Amino acid sequence: MAKKKMITIDSAHCKACQYCVDACPKEALVLRREMNTAGYTYVQVDKEKCIGCGSCYIVCPDYVFTVMEEEGA
Amino acid sequence: MTITKTKPAKTGYHNLCPGCGHGVIVRLIAEVFEELGVEKEAVVLGVGCSCTATPAFGAMDRFQAAHGRGTATATAIKRCRPEITLFTYQGDGDAYVIGLSETVNAAYRNENFVAVVINNNNFGMTGGQMSWTTMPGQVTETSIHGRDCGYTGEPFHLPEIISEIRGFHPAYVARGAVYDVKSINQTKKMLKNAFQAQLNNEGFSLVEILSPCPTNWHMTPLQCKEHIEDEIVKEYPLGELKVRKGEEG
Repeated sequence: MAKKKMITIDSAHCKACQYCVDACPKEALVLRREMNTAGYTYVQVDKEKCIGCGSCYIVCPDYVFTVMEEEGA
Repeated sequence: MTITKTKPAKTGYHNLCPGCGHGVIVRLIAEVFEELGVEKEAVVLGVGCSCTATPAFGAMDRFQAAHGRGTATATAIKRCRPEITLFTYQGDGDAYVIGLSETVNAAYRNENFVAVVINNNNFGMTGGQMSWTTMPGQVTETSIHGRDCGYTGEPFHLPEIISEIRGFHPAYVARGAVYDVKSINQTKKMLKNAFQAQLNNEGFSLVEILSPCPTNWHMTPLQCKEHIEDEIVKEYPLGELKVRKGEEG
């Protein structure tokens, strides 16, 4: 069975540029209306839709995303 | 859970504008260093948004050069400390306009370091004035009716000059961009080639990277992405202009 991949978001550093929302092939990322401590709105992931491809990690200029892989699955 | 992709240890968080391409480029350089096993590296920063990006270089050794003199400073550092993997990190205004003489001379002497030039079509840090790389018709602070090429000259292409003119023998010259996943991966390969060339003592490499500048183009980040994709890559075609020896064909 394929290993399950997922992403985590460090929303404190998000600047709401939305490159990740545009790059996501599964439309799993959405911009929230709330703001982080820096005063920017930030993205949130729908974990049901996310396949952990890492496209968001590649396009993010602010190092917000971390891609993780489940062990032994 | 094991982490497969995360912020490289040598990068740091920065305060650049939302949607700016510098963050991606610095991360690509740090990833290339991790993949090539580079431990001793240093960056010579130009003046402009490239020095605004200083915090992004986190744990790397940094040297702030005078405006436009990045490649001249890097020449001295590399000649004195050849064991350091060295690169200059400059904007188009710094490397192509103010410091054109230094950049061309470093390429002419084929100094063994990498020049990374971020081309965002204007002088970003000073507020968006016209640069030599500004697109025809582009409105900037100093070309308020759009750039008139008959009056100010055509957009400037240094990578084409140093890769084609007789007498210049750089190791590697390429132009990449950072607007989508494909172009970012392509740019990473170019940076890897350039640093590999330096580690093999092949000589000077220049990698120009087209980067979005939402603040001074007066666009949203996603409009910038489309603007690069539809218009800027037509003026500045992407690809390798000078391939490393032994890698042709």
